[in-house]
Amino acid sequence: MVDSKQQWKAWLYLSPAIILLLVFTVWPIINTVRMAFLDGYNGLAIVGGARFTVGIANFQKVIGLTSFKTSLYNTTLLCVLTVPISTLLALLIAVALNSIKPLQKLLQTIFFLPYVTNSIAIGMVFAAMFNIVGNMGTAGNDIIITAGIINNLIELFGGEPINWINAGSTYAANITVMVVYIVWNALPFKILVLLGGLQSINRQYYDAAKVDGTPRARVFTRITVPLLSPMLAYVIITGFIGGFKEYSSIVGIFGEDMGPAGAPHRLNTIVGYIYDALPKMNYGQASAAALILFAIILVVTMINMQVSKKRVHY
Amino acid sequence: MKVVLQNLTKIFPSRDKKAGKEVVAVNDFTFEIPDGKLIGLLGPSGCGKSTTLYMISGLQKPTGGKIFFGDDDVTELSTENRGIGLVFQNYALYPHMTVKQNILFPLQNLKGADKLDKDTMLERAYEVARLVQIDELMDRKPSELSGGQQQRVAIARALVKMPRVLLLDEPLSNLDARLRLQTREEIRRIQKETGITTVFVTHDQEEAMSISDMIVVMKLGVVQQIGEPQEVYDNPINLFVAKFLGTPPINVLGGRVEGGRLFIGEDMVMEVTGVADQPVVVGIRPEGFELDDNGPLCCTLKNVEVMGRDVSIVSSHAASLNPQIRSIINADHRVDTSAETVRFSLKPHKVFLFDAGTEARIPYEVK
Repeated sequence: MVDSKQQWKAWLYLSPAIILLLVFTVWPIINTVRMAFLDGYNGLAIVGGARFTVGIANFQKVIGLTSFKTSLYNTTLLCVLTVPISTLLALLIAVALNSIKPLQKLLQTIFFLPYVTNSIAIGMVFAAMFNIVGNMGTAGNDIIITAGIINNLIELFGGEPINWINAGSTYAANITVMVVYIVWNALPFKILVLLGGLQSINRQYYDAAKVDGTPRARVFTRITVPLLSPMLAYVIITGFIGGFKEYSSIVGIFGEDMGPAGAPHRLNTIVGYIYDALPKMNYGQASAAALILFAIILVVTMINMQVSKKRVHY
Repeated sequence: MKVVLQNLTKIFPSRDKKAGKEVVAVNDFTFEIPDGKLIGLLGPSGCGKSTTLYMISGLQKPTGGKIFFGDDDVTELSTENRGIGLVFQNYALYPHMTVKQNILFPLQNLKGADKLDKDTMLERAYEVARLVQIDELMDRKPSELSGGQQQRVAIARALVKMPRVLLLDEPLSNLDARLRLQTREEIRRIQKETGITTVFVTHDQEEAMSISDMIVVMKLGVVQQIGEPQEVYDNPINLFVAKFLGTPPINVLGGRVEGGRLFIGEDMVMEVTGVADQPVVVGIRPEGFELDDNGPLCCTLKNVEVMGRDVSIVSSHAASLNPQIRSIINADHRVDTSAETVRFSLKPHKVFLFDAGTEARIPYEVK
């Protein structure tokens, strides 16, 4: 316990952090809740000197909007697809990395590179990889010119190039690109955490399993995965939280239009919707959407926690 | 199943390439472990005892030499095909499985002709659980068990496949003193009941002596002596073995032999027929002293510790290579604790002579 005469010093030393947190974290949270529950709260209306009644009109409005429904659908779809895929891939890669001795450090570094690279930059690289450059020729005699390495590969193996992200591309193609990109982007952190977990598993469990002649698949499912379950739970929970906040990855590939040319906002997410509402000064709706996002993340995390109670062995 | 180790050698390459010095963990170990016996591998840390055990288990490959189980050469055989049970130092029980699942685990791995149905597996698991007396704890997790109970589960898991050889790595080191006594008797009982050839590793000489049929004393990868515990204790082959066995440890003094007589300091303490004149190291077991007012060995009395059955006399002598001399005598003798000196005569079969240079035992005839 700090001597009471010295307490003011403690507060003094803490004050820079506390003041910053109060101004930039605590107050915005409180203000978000306030704005969300003031019916029709809007930047223009404030200027007009309007007074707002407390209510849930912002929420009703937001939920009724097609643009919000699209955003919610996209966000959920990307989450449900990318979190399991990236977790599974990260697990396999981590196990593989852990089992090789030569070049392990180098490979670890390579796998970690995407984590320290700007996601917009990565997005642009991916956009280039999945690119397709226009249609040439006349009706009935289309020549598609491809400049993306993915389509080049497809053509190399005798397939038809696919319009991934350009004008006229399908929703399925867009989502596929997003899933590949998000999974790839999510891998390094997950691999890092899981590899750390793997390396902290006592080798003797594996020796014991070896003495008993345990097949490799069984070692993986019955020993590695259960002993890694705390890390897996952590990676999955943070994966869902990050997944519901998906935004910059889509900007990285499709730009701020959040969709291919000709179909803007087709791939919008909840965070994207919130950002879109702000320039229109729809602060009330943006706040309501933010709170809905918060509620979704809370529920999903609680479900995750419930599942981990049964499945995670600490 | 007898286990034969033939010129077994293990060399670890040096970790630091610049230093370039490899470590010989086990050097030319040859020994035939008789069927159904309990063998204790004994030595200070780094003596190669665990490496030997892991080579028998197959988790480590020997650099040279061969290992036979019965007449089968198992040197190149992988661990899982050797039919061994191994109990790890910290038991390595799977923390996320119940005791029952832990014991069943090795059985569930059996393939082909050995495959068992569920009921047989359970039956076997309970059978071995009863043997080690943990059948009441089958639904608990390892974290809910005491150290001694975990130890038993580990033994049960090792035994459930009915191994040809049971290997235990420092089986008692994680237990408290009382549990250690109890568990070592338990290990002895289980070994006797199953009749499985068992090898265990320990650095605790008392542990090894108390339950082993035979002990192997090792130092820096080299086997020093192999024999029945009492035989090794009574007839240590060199100073290292003599020092390593026995609590309290043997007293070591500098002395010399002149004309068939042993001198410690200026005192002529014993006749040692047939020993050439030379400086020697004298080892005297604590129980080798007898209080004798006319005894030849005169020591400065420092302390007397009464232990009930025995009395432990702590004294010092100028020739002693240890800070003090500890002797244990029957409590029937009253010791004058106020005296400044104490005189002993020595029991000849408790006194060992060693070469001052090589530390090898110098035999002499006891008259």
